[in-house]
Amino acid sequence: MFLCLLIICLGGSAVMGSVYLITYEPIAAAQAAKVNQAIARVLPEFDNVPALEAYQVLVDGRQVTVYPAQKDGVFAGAAIEAVTTRGFGGPIKVMVGFRPDGTIHNTAVISHTETPGLGDKMDPRKSDFSLQFQGKNPGTFRLAVKKDGGQVDAITAATISSRAFCDVLDLAYRAFIQTDQKEGGKQ
Amino acid sequence: MSRLRIITKGIISGNPIFVLVLGMCPTLGTTTSAVNGLGMGLATTFVLMLSNLVISLIAGLIPSKVRIPSFIVVIAVFVTVVQLIMQAYVPALYETLGLFIPLIVVNCIVLGRAEAFASKNKPLDSFLDGLGSGIGFTLGLTLLGAVRELLGSGAFFGWKMLPGDGMLVFILAPGAFIALGYLMVLFNKFLKA
Repeated sequence: MFLCLLIICLGGSAVMGSVYLITYEPIAAAQAAKVNQAIARVLPEFDNVPALEAYQVLVDGRQVTVYPAQKDGVFAGAAIEAVTTRGFGGPIKVMVGFRPDGTIHNTAVISHTETPGLGDKMDPRKSDFSLQFQGKNPGTFRLAVKKDGGQVDAITAATISSRAFCDVLDLAYRAFIQTDQKEGGKQ
Repeated sequence: MSRLRIITKGIISGNPIFVLVLGMCPTLGTTTSAVNGLGMGLATTFVLMLSNLVISLIAGLIPSKVRIPSFIVVIAVFVTVVQLIMQAYVPALYETLGLFIPLIVVNCIVLGRAEAFASKNKPLDSFLDGLGSGIGFTLGLTLLGAVRELLGSGAFFGWKMLPGDGMLVFILAPGAFIALGYLMVLFNKFLKA
């Protein structure tokens, strides 16, 4: 009886292990492609490979990944990958592209577990919610929903998701300000 | 029982959702849109066919005391394989369904068919039974997803059909129960007629 269960478990593990090994590289490639696509979507024009120059920074103890972009050797902005845990259904990972002056160029949601049909409208494919941030500079644009005294139109019936989105943009902006000074010194 | 009847039984008179009322967790959880329902149904069908096939092959060798754990291990292996393959080769589909794939392991319909059919029947018949139940499950999920999407967000397979935001409640969990209840009534009404 125990032997039988042991054999089945061993067999199952062997099958899963081999499939894992076979799919390991395609999965890594697919995930890298996803990050690169998100970078390309959120940044203005660039001619370097930001993923190769990525580095991590800490903002208030939260880890943020920075993908600096260059055009003809000049700093052309940065894509910032940040995570917030204030979502309604779990963590929300967002890629935010900033122009060199700190203006938001575009945003892309990489992963989230918000309620389908409500909070998932933060995805630009589902609603125009995230488009309102394009061309806004968080230095002057108050990143909070209108209910909290900010300037952001929240998603109907998804205020928590909207707040979380503002939170992650704010985190990315603060990370960008740190970076900006660093990059500015280089030029 | 003829081979064809094994398949149609799973779709109509033994429909997992509307007649057997099995696998309610993914049914209520994933059907916020027709596409999600369809994708979840197809992934479950795939797992059902393969797990039924393998379980009917090994059922005779397993002592009855460890039967259920053994079946669960076999099912979990196939679910993990589906998840990894989907993640590697169709990342776009994985993005929408990824969260729900692991739920297939605890889907009562998969274990239900393994226990009620595959462990007592020949491999080919078990495979067909998995196919039939899978199609029935897929149709049920897609129908429920389409109804909820139409009422809740005014769209059909992602295409906007009705103006406005729709009735929010149908996207949320309570709407799932309401829509499922009415569909079940209608299905059984037609089945008896």
